[in-house]
Amino acid sequence: MMNQDDLLVLIHNKDEKAFTYLYDMYSKSLFSVINVLVKNREEAEDVLQEVFIKVWKNIDSYNEGKGRFYTWLLNIARNTSIDKLRSKNFNNSQKNLSSDNFVHLLDDSNKLLNKIDTIGIHEFVQKLKPKCIQIIDLLFFKGYTQQEASEELAIPLGTVKTQNRNCINDLRLYLKL
Amino acid sequence: MDTKEYVESGILELYVYGLLNETENIEVSTKAKNNPEINDEITAIEKAIVALSSSFSPFHSVANFEKIKAKLELKHSSVIQMKPATNWSQYMGWAAAIVLMLGVGYQYQKLGENNNQVVSIGIEKEKLTKELDLLEQKNKGVETSLAVVRDVKNTVVSLSGQTVDPKSFAKVYWNKETKVVYVDAAGLPKPPKGMVYQVWALKLSPKLVPTSIGLLENFDSNDQKIFAVKDTGYAEAFGITLEPAGGSLSPTMEQLYTLGKV
Repeated sequence: MMNQDDLLVLIHNKDEKAFTYLYDMYSKSLFSVINVLVKNREEAEDVLQEVFIKVWKNIDSYNEGKGRFYTWLLNIARNTSIDKLRSKNFNNSQKNLSSDNFVHLLDDSNKLLNKIDTIGIHEFVQKLKPKCIQIIDLLFFKGYTQQEASEELAIPLGTVKTQNRNCINDLRLYLKL
Repeated sequence: MDTKEYVESGILELYVYGLLNETENIEVSTKAKNNPEINDEITAIEKAIVALSSSFSPFHSVANFEKIKAKLELKHSSVIQMKPATNWSQYMGWAAAIVLMLGVGYQYQKLGENNNQVVSIGIEKEKLTKELDLLEQKNKGVETSLAVVRDVKNTVVSLSGQTVDPKSFAKVYWNKETKVVYVDAAGLPKPPKGMVYQVWALKLSPKLVPTSIGLLENFDSNDQKIFAVKDTGYAEAFGITLEPAGGSLSPTMEQLYTLGKV
């Protein structure tokens, strides 16, 4: 896999090859986040399209001094998803209050296609502490603040960050990162 | 705070998640620039969360990717080309015939102009002999394919087109006695450069287990589009995916072209 710096150099060419790399590297990750927020496959595909169009057209406004390129993409994906929900008059709350977490993404997908999980992460997630699934779901997938996550999970504000780090460490150990 | 404490605090995870405010973002970004240890840590966190979330991504069609590119007016797809292979070979035949005819006409004109007639005719004859050899070779290919297809002991499995290209299709001829498997891939589009079709024997229950039984190499030059793949003793279904040259260890399901149950 390419790293962020190589990708950014390539993206400056603004050609089809650069776009293909960008899409290959991040579309799946962003699509899972969008699906957790929007929860409707067709609308999620529309949002994914919008996200990549916005990203491509506004790529010059990305500022390396203010965060990771991936984080920039993630924020665009979250904001576009929230806009989509608002435009549908769901409610004005930017939080997704459903009890569904990201693990549920597997349930409604085509079974044959999803039985194939090349790096075995699904099996690993089964073994992951339920607390970890919740905390990653709220912070990463749903974009909760530390304050909101501490209220939702009824844990002290100060431990949100460190608990999340422990969970990511388990994941990294498994992925050998 | 030393580097270790800073890293252990969990702030870098929140940085990657995009949950910090602007001041904090600038602070982390500056530290990362000046401290490779912090930078490496951030990269590893990012890889982990991208891998986790990617693995939970629902299937989304290649068509979506093409739509985005069309909207951005990014031309020339190197990812998929949907030209049917059959038309291609058909037109190539005509094109070759026209090129050859023009060649012959040109040679003929030249003949009249100079005295190298004999030499030219010699070349011409050699060319035609080569053509004949080629045709005989092709004919043999057709006979072999026919023999394969006509074997009464074959189990014929029809593979139908999937989301990537619903129009595509293929057939698998499987002799359960001799375990020999042939694939008729005439209904698949020509693979893009650097990509190859890979054939999988699938066990469906209790768990889906794909086993690669070979690649459809030299797709272009195989006029009959009938390929011999590895012997297979047991399969509940067959599938064909598009993979990078050399094949993959496990199938890329987004590029599943055809699938069929035995």
